[in-house]
Amino acid sequence: MLTIDALHVTYGGAVQALRGISMEVPDGKVVAVLGSNGAGKTTLLRTISGTLRLHRGKVESGSVRYGDSVLGNRDPAQTVRLGLVQVPEGRHIFGRLTVEENLRAGGMGNKDKAAKARARDRVYEMFPVLEERSAQRGALLSGGEQQMLAIGRALMASPQLLLLDEPSLGLAPRIIGQIGEVIAEINRQGTSVLLVEQNATMALGVADLAYVLDVGEVSLSGSAKELARTDEVQRLYLGHDSDEPRQRAGVASGKTLSRWTA
Amino acid sequence: MTQFLSLLLNGLSLGALYALIALGFVIIFKASEVVSFTHGSLLLLGAYSIARLSDRIGFLPAVLAGVALTAAAAFVIERVVINRLRGAPVISLAIVTIGIDIILLTELIRRIGSDILNVPHPWGGKSFRIGDVGISQNRLIATAVAGVLIVAFFLAFKYSSWGVAMRASAEDGETAALMGIRLGRVSALAWIVAGALAAVAALFLVGAPTPGVSAAAYTVALRAFPAAILGGLDSTGGALVGGLLIGLAESFAAGYQDQLLFLGRGFGDVVPYVVMIAVLLVRPSGLFGTKELTRV
Repeated sequence: MLTIDALHVTYGGAVQALRGISMEVPDGKVVAVLGSNGAGKTTLLRTISGTLRLHRGKVESGSVRYGDSVLGNRDPAQTVRLGLVQVPEGRHIFGRLTVEENLRAGGMGNKDKAAKARARDRVYEMFPVLEERSAQRGALLSGGEQQMLAIGRALMASPQLLLLDEPSLGLAPRIIGQIGEVIAEINRQGTSVLLVEQNATMALGVADLAYVLDVGEVSLSGSAKELARTDEVQRLYLGHDSDEPRQRAGVASGKTLSRWTA
Repeated sequence: MTQFLSLLLNGLSLGALYALIALGFVIIFKASEVVSFTHGSLLLLGAYSIARLSDRIGFLPAVLAGVALTAAAAFVIERVVINRLRGAPVISLAIVTIGIDIILLTELIRRIGSDILNVPHPWGGKSFRIGDVGISQNRLIATAVAGVLIVAFFLAFKYSSWGVAMRASAEDGETAALMGIRLGRVSALAWIVAGALAAVAALFLVGAPTPGVSAAAYTVALRAFPAAILGGLDSTGGALVGGLLIGLAESFAAGYQDQLLFLGRGFGDVVPYVVMIAVLLVRPSGLFGTKELTRV
């Protein structure tokens, strides 16, 4: 289980990106993190995966623990060996490597040959198109296929917890639906998922639990189903405008979210 | 015609040696994002240690020890300096490597002095004739060894885990780290390989027709820089082509010196740089270099 406790993160010692976030990702669940640009979603993932330092970020206080291990100041490669793998935002597949080499790169942290072979079979079973295109360069795949490759590449390390950073970014609605199904399937096969998304419809559809981040703080949290019914989420993330009298659902809410207007 | 063939053969063998040095230069750039100016002194270190050790422990053990020593020196430079400065601007890192180069070079020149150290190659200074075309045995063996090493390198780069890790982290370091690839290890390995390749090149570069190890061997290594740069700093294939081009250009310019006399004596020594400038004027990122690199 991933436990985050009162986490404060700053960039360059001045910019506060996270201001006391606490959350949990229980084993075997899908947890969604929603929030608009600048809410701290990516910073949260960087802290977990250990790439914060590369961006000159620093954990000021609080902790991130996975089982018995303390994360936050580890090397990203060590984090992968603990069983946490992140699919980066914007896919970041290796465009000059072939599809197969991309998958090999994903399995680098996995020393066990048999486990690697099993992981590859699983990836090809889940994404048959990757097997068809295994000798093609990654850059030649379509956006949706690249996202499949990015997820498949991460699965090559046989993670226990998969971190997904905006997998729907820049994809067609039909493909986003497929990504949702893929996440559900990965979870069914026993991998916990932390899903950071702006597309609330897809995220809340697939998640068990959800958190809403607002300027570095958790503003709402609860089960995904309940959250999807709340007025704020409806209004701000699901696009249903309701001018009816506000009805709060029974969800812990610290403050009222305001619509961003410019 | 005989002269042409002879120059061609000598140019190719010289070019293969430049290609070995340039390959090391390129993989260091790919793995550590450093333009490493330490290669000249690493090469001299390889030549010097082989020459000094072969008096005591014999030729072959000395070669192995010299290659290992140079690889170890490259590894130490990476661990102690480069790895700690990860993420620093490319320019600062390049200047740091110039500093390291000067320190190492000064010490080596102090030790060598004005002597010319002899490396007792078992094949000596004999030359080999195919018909009328002559080439020193040293250069012939050099071509064969360099060819084998280059093929082995490209196979490893294409198929081995090291190669995949290396290419992945060269393309996108942060993502490679997220996938569990240890960037520090990839970078250290690149330096070790580069050091070893430089030492092997040194072994042959100080043999016939060159008289032996003197401080001048350093300038030989400098000619591998234009080879790497004109091929495109981030392209291993480019390093190979660049190395051969520079070797051929140098050999022909030196061989046809009499016809080129209007350019002045010793034109062969500057021709690598002339070729490099000519190529860069047409293709600023080198023959096979990635375009994006020009924005760094």
